[in-house]
Amino acid sequence: MNLNVIANPTGNIKSRIRKDKIYLGIIIVLSLITISPIILIISKLIIKGIRQINLSFFTETAPDTLEAMTALSNNEIIPGGILNGITGTIFMVLMASLMAIPVGILIGIFLYEKGEKRYANIIRDISDIMQGIPSIVLGLIAYLWIVKNITNGFSALAGSVSLAIMMLPLIIRSTEETLKMIPQTIKEAGFALGAPYHKIILKVLIPSSLSGLITGILLAISRILGETAPLMLTALGSPVVNFYADKPTSAVPLLIWEFYNDPNMVDLIWSSSLFLMGFVLTLNIISKRIAAKRK
Amino acid sequence: MNSEKITKGVLLVASFLILIITCGMILSLVSGSIPVFNEFGFKFIISTAWNPTEDKENYGALPFIAGTVITSLLALIICLPMAFSTSLFIGEYFRGKWYSKALGTMVDLLAGIPSIVYGLWGFYVLRPFIVDLGLSSQGYGIFTSGLILAIMIIPYATSISTEIITMVPNDLKEAAYSLGATRFEVIKSVVVPSARSGIFASYILAFGRALGETMAVTMLIGNTNIIPTGLFDTGNTMASVIANQFGEAEGLKLSALIAIGLLLFLITGLINAIGKFIIKKFA
Repeated sequence: MNLNVIANPTGNIKSRIRKDKIYLGIIIVLSLITISPIILIISKLIIKGIRQINLSFFTETAPDTLEAMTALSNNEIIPGGILNGITGTIFMVLMASLMAIPVGILIGIFLYEKGEKRYANIIRDISDIMQGIPSIVLGLIAYLWIVKNITNGFSALAGSVSLAIMMLPLIIRSTEETLKMIPQTIKEAGFALGAPYHKIILKVLIPSSLSGLITGILLAISRILGETAPLMLTALGSPVVNFYADKPTSAVPLLIWEFYNDPNMVDLIWSSSLFLMGFVLTLNIISKRIAAKRK
Repeated sequence: MNSEKITKGVLLVASFLILIITCGMILSLVSGSIPVFNEFGFKFIISTAWNPTEDKENYGALPFIAGTVITSLLALIICLPMAFSTSLFIGEYFRGKWYSKALGTMVDLLAGIPSIVYGLWGFYVLRPFIVDLGLSSQGYGIFTSGLILAIMIIPYATSISTEIITMVPNDLKEAAYSLGATRFEVIKSVVVPSARSGIFASYILAFGRALGETMAVTMLIGNTNIIPTGLFDTGNTMASVIANQFGEAEGLKLSALIAIGLLLFLITGLINAIGKFIIKKFA
């Protein structure tokens, strides 16, 4: 460290203080610029999207181009909603969660148990690198694995596999971090009573870290809810509500992409985006609340 | 004692699963891209051709690699001063104050916005703004994509830098204050030097994020298969070309897209590994 600068400051005290103030000013201005997009984006979505949100928005499937065009030319609000997107998103996220959460928690416990052993470090590094894989590449993978080989066509299953691979490293990391925060003594007390290892996991580790695990799961879900790119390559989209794992399925982000590409339905993008973002941010805030309560 | 072994076995098997998934991913991508590498060899990486016409098929990845690197570097350059200032605001100047916490929450929310919403906002707000400024006639291109990417990666760089900056020991800072240093001097000669490598790593990880972003870039870059030569040129990134061309892809073209996916996988993997390595060394 260059302590020389401090011991022999250049310039008199007035110019040094002035410099200090200017620097603080720059920091404040740049920080405010940094957060301005969030305010601009949310206000834009609310102003443009709130008009379209009503009951039928949640209970009807997306309109076709013709219906939208007629409504547009009569200067009415476009009919229909995004029900097929909402059900598709819930369906795929649920399947992805069923795949990723149990495995992720098991691997998290494994890493916590093994600590700094060599093999555990390799697994940890791999899961860290997996976390950085672009979602579109995961879409390609799910396409190669599921669409081409298992369902022989675009399917909800393929979509949820790509989402599950995305969730897995997030769950692993959050599980391990949460478990690390449990006092060793609780675990040792369990062992001292002669409890077998699986009982320690089920009755001590998981219950005492439950709120942390839920935070991690909610954050992971909020990360995959808005994913569009991998679903374009796997679930494709569907105009009707679908709950078959081997059939193409819509999702809210996929619908936004369809609306964006159709000049007649472009008005629907704002309300759908508002809904999607409201959903994601609410999950985000809930999970942070739970995390804050723990501390 | 038997249940003990079963439990340990289950945990171990679960850990194999992530190994299998990773190996399977690499294997599938490699085998999917074999046709295109058979056809064009490693010239695929340095070729600028992109011609899907039957019998004259010719593919090269260079324009997309260039597009990806240029947009991400631009995003990184824009992100640097912003994330640095914000992390000093939250982690040093106003640490623990309510408005600093509010700022931190807002930055976190920025990370929660889906990519497609950024794309829409970029398309309907940012792009017309750039046209109004007279910077480009359509508003599409490298600069618009770089700008939206910068907004998207700022939260990643900021949250890691903030964490590193708050880890700088108070003793060091107090020692400098006791010598009569101003806050600016403390930051310049104590905080930044001791948090340097961590801050550096946070930018590398943010850069890795920018490389793989798909939707927002696809909506803003203009989607032309040329190497961009200026800031306001249109182009295509590796992720955006996959998203755009995948729908009608078959045979050799599909293989070319998978090969681009493989390259993207390798590049982001490498960048992330470097970033994590630096952070590990630092911590």
